[in-house]
Amino acid sequence: MPNYTLHINGQEKSVTADADTPLLWILRDELNMVGTKFGCGIAQCGACTVHIDGVATKSCQMQVSILDDVKITTIEGLSDDGKHPVQEAWKEIDVPQCGYCQSGQIMTASAFLAENKNPTTEEIREAMHGNICRCASYNRIEKAVKIAAEKLS
Amino acid sequence: MKSQINTNFSRRNFLKTSVLASGGMLIGFNFLTACKAEAKMPVDIASLNFNDFNAFIKISDEGYVTIFSPNPEIGQGVKTSMPMIIAEELDVEWDKVNVAQAPLDTKKYSRQVAGGSQSIRQGWEALRQTGATAKQMLINAAAVKWNVDASTCTASKGVITNVNGDTLGYGDVVKEAAGLEVPENVKLKDVKDFTIIGKDVINVDIDKIITGKPLFGLDYKSEGMVYASVVRPPSFGKKLKSFDATKAKQVNGVLDVIRFGEKLKAIEKQASGFTRITDKVAVIATNTWAAMKGKKALIIEWEDEKLESTQDHDKNLTDILDGKNFNTRREDGNVKKAFASADKVIERTYHSPFLPHNCMEPMNFYADVTADKIHLVGPTQTPQWAAGLIAAAYKVKPEQINIEMTRMGGGFGRRLYNDFLLEATEVSSVIKKPVKVVFSREDDMTAGTYRPAIKYRIKAALKDGKVTGYHLKEAAINSNMYGLIPNFFPAGCIPNYKVDTGNYKSNITTGAWRAPYTNFLAFAEQSFFSELAQELNIDHTDLILELLQNVKGTSDKRIQYSGQRMEDTIKLVKQKANWGNASNGVYQGFAAYYSHNTHVAEVAEVVLKDGYPIIKKVTAVVDCGILVNPTGAKNQVEGGVLDGIGHAMYSDFSFKDGKPDFKNFDKYRLIRMQETPKVDVHFVQNDKKPTGLGEPGLPPAGGAIANAIHAALGKRLYSQPFVNELKKSSVLG
Repeated sequence: MPNYTLHINGQEKSVTADADTPLLWILRDELNMVGTKFGCGIAQCGACTVHIDGVATKSCQMQVSILDDVKITTIEGLSDDGKHPVQEAWKEIDVPQCGYCQSGQIMTASAFLAENKNPTTEEIREAMHGNICRCASYNRIEKAVKIAAEKLS
Repeated sequence: MKSQINTNFSRRNFLKTSVLASGGMLIGFNFLTACKAEAKMPVDIASLNFNDFNAFIKISDEGYVTIFSPNPEIGQGVKTSMPMIIAEELDVEWDKVNVAQAPLDTKKYSRQVAGGSQSIRQGWEALRQTGATAKQMLINAAAVKWNVDASTCTASKGVITNVNGDTLGYGDVVKEAAGLEVPENVKLKDVKDFTIIGKDVINVDIDKIITGKPLFGLDYKSEGMVYASVVRPPSFGKKLKSFDATKAKQVNGVLDVIRFGEKLKAIEKQASGFTRITDKVAVIATNTWAAMKGKKALIIEWEDEKLESTQDHDKNLTDILDGKNFNTRREDGNVKKAFASADKVIERTYHSPFLPHNCMEPMNFYADVTADKIHLVGPTQTPQWAAGLIAAAYKVKPEQINIEMTRMGGGFGRRLYNDFLLEATEVSSVIKKPVKVVFSREDDMTAGTYRPAIKYRIKAALKDGKVTGYHLKEAAINSNMYGLIPNFFPAGCIPNYKVDTGNYKSNITTGAWRAPYTNFLAFAEQSFFSELAQELNIDHTDLILELLQNVKGTSDKRIQYSGQRMEDTIKLVKQKANWGNASNGVYQGFAAYYSHNTHVAEVAEVVLKDGYPIIKKVTAVVDCGILVNPTGAKNQVEGGVLDGIGHAMYSDFSFKDGKPDFKNFDKYRLIRMQETPKVDVHFVQNDKKPTGLGEPGLPPAGGAIANAIHAALGKRLYSQPFVNELKKSSVLG
């Protein structure tokens, strides 16, 4: 099997894997970074969202072989101490219920807010539409993104 | 009374204490329902002979409190709210409390289950007693130290004070307290003195959740663990004949391909509720991706048995409703006579599809079966049931089974069934390695324990402007409504009342799904009452309030709900939602429903955009007694309402020749952000014992939006998901 070097959360990681292995499973099974979640495997639920060069991307569809030139950020690397404004907003209003989808939600929200500092409610709702929360904590996700936007501005 | 250093054996037998060699005091007790993540117990429980207990409080020499909670956390918030109740009575500051999960006690199978929204309701008294008893022991120990009467001492926020103004921290007296007799008849706090209960407490796992720390079953790993992807029949009614693993074994990382199922089949003989019991095939690999790839490379031959389609279910359920073969579950007055003498009879039929649970964390479990021990780790709502099945099937003693429970990425009833846990156990026992069985989303959605398809036919007799007769018939797949439901509203409100149920046995596995039966029945019933109100030319809420007068003060002990509490709930939602005074272009719909010991009333508001109904807002009022954790409670109701709307509006599930037509989120619709209204939640304030919240917010939502859509479009909805009905009537192009 081929060897790949990935740039994840500011570190270089070397992995040996089949070329078609999704980044999701590299993170979870090979690198023990389990904050990125498996939900559907077909880029429909957003649980596996990471940043690739700052863009929110579903890691279940990204093959390891094409990632050598990009910078990957996972929930573990979003902040050193859990104090990214999005994480703080999530905590402030107690967003999670079961909590499983939330790292994907946070990664989508943080990439969105990096691009759009002063979003409207409709823009937030559109940006978060690709992330399913089965517990339906959507009202709080919407509110937390607004709070995070205020913190960032 | 002066406390005496005595025995540490409890006469009450509900609580036991010990000094810890590592410092501090350990109190063992029964939490009623009982689990572990990353925290280690401070000592080996067995060595303390603490086996009658399943939950523990550790108080350190510094006064820090750790509560080892055994309760399964599926997202309903009990891992936070139940320890809050203990901390309240123990009278310690919440920021000095750490909550960790305790392992399953396999020696005594006390009620260890998350389901039915019962954890808080059943735990309330016991948890308060536990906290208050521990507090009294600490006070007694301080009294001995000071040589004063314990009744002259008080404790608050972890500090004990005597009449002279001397103080001792809890940590200063733990050693002495651990040796004292357990006091009886301790005094509980007045509700007005609560300082933790009723305050917003953030989810105890929040920091781990927002930073992506290992927490869920799917995150668990052990040294030498391998992964398994299991092939189950593609259709209900198929059985494994043979397979060719040549290509699968060529996939990088695939270690083995095995046929298994002997134990699963044996267990099926004793217990029902499992998915497609037949031999299965497991692909064993060094990682999840290889196991999934290997599975796709397998060539499998199946044998057909009985293959069912949605049209068969539909016909069979209709035949039941049209037939005479019912089980009468409750009958009051003379229904036949009421219909014969009615001015008008209205009859409607309502239909719901099967529904998969679709927990965001797909089913999974870790198992390590060795000669002398079975070690299981993962998400299950019913650990003690699993332990019992495994003890019998593998002929091991309960103490040889160790089940560790992880936080669960949703439950909704799916993790009650343990098919995933039993698969992992058998695979490990065959390959003799620690293994994690992981369902793909397709596995999860197509090998479910679905909410069954159900039809309700409701008939009402109207005479002189009143509802004089009510006859509800249920036709369901596999099983019928549980015993309490026939005694929910409108039982006791209508003099001639009858509930009949009938079912059809299918080979498609079905089970409990968030708010079983009521998740659909509430929609049918409250849509029906909206139609009756229209026919009687009165407001829907007024009709319900008028009917409720008949049940107040009833001597009928079977009646489950309270007429008064339901009335108060409805009146408050009318006020909060400004019922009947919506602004132009806003259409309101109402529904109220009692389930899981909690009264809920909801008003939905719909607007039309290009003729399309958009749900803008839902106001929910809930009477769940004392609010333990308001932020958690609101979260449950907000989620329950949106979940109820999502499944009523969008979620469809059908079968063709035994095969599910939906297998992933590309076709199967769950509610998403842009479809969500704002949910405005209010609680009825009272001092009544708290009741559950995981489920009761959901049932009224479908009815409230159906009635609001009717107000907007003049169209009644009889079948879920509503989008299909709206499409048929070309509302949605």
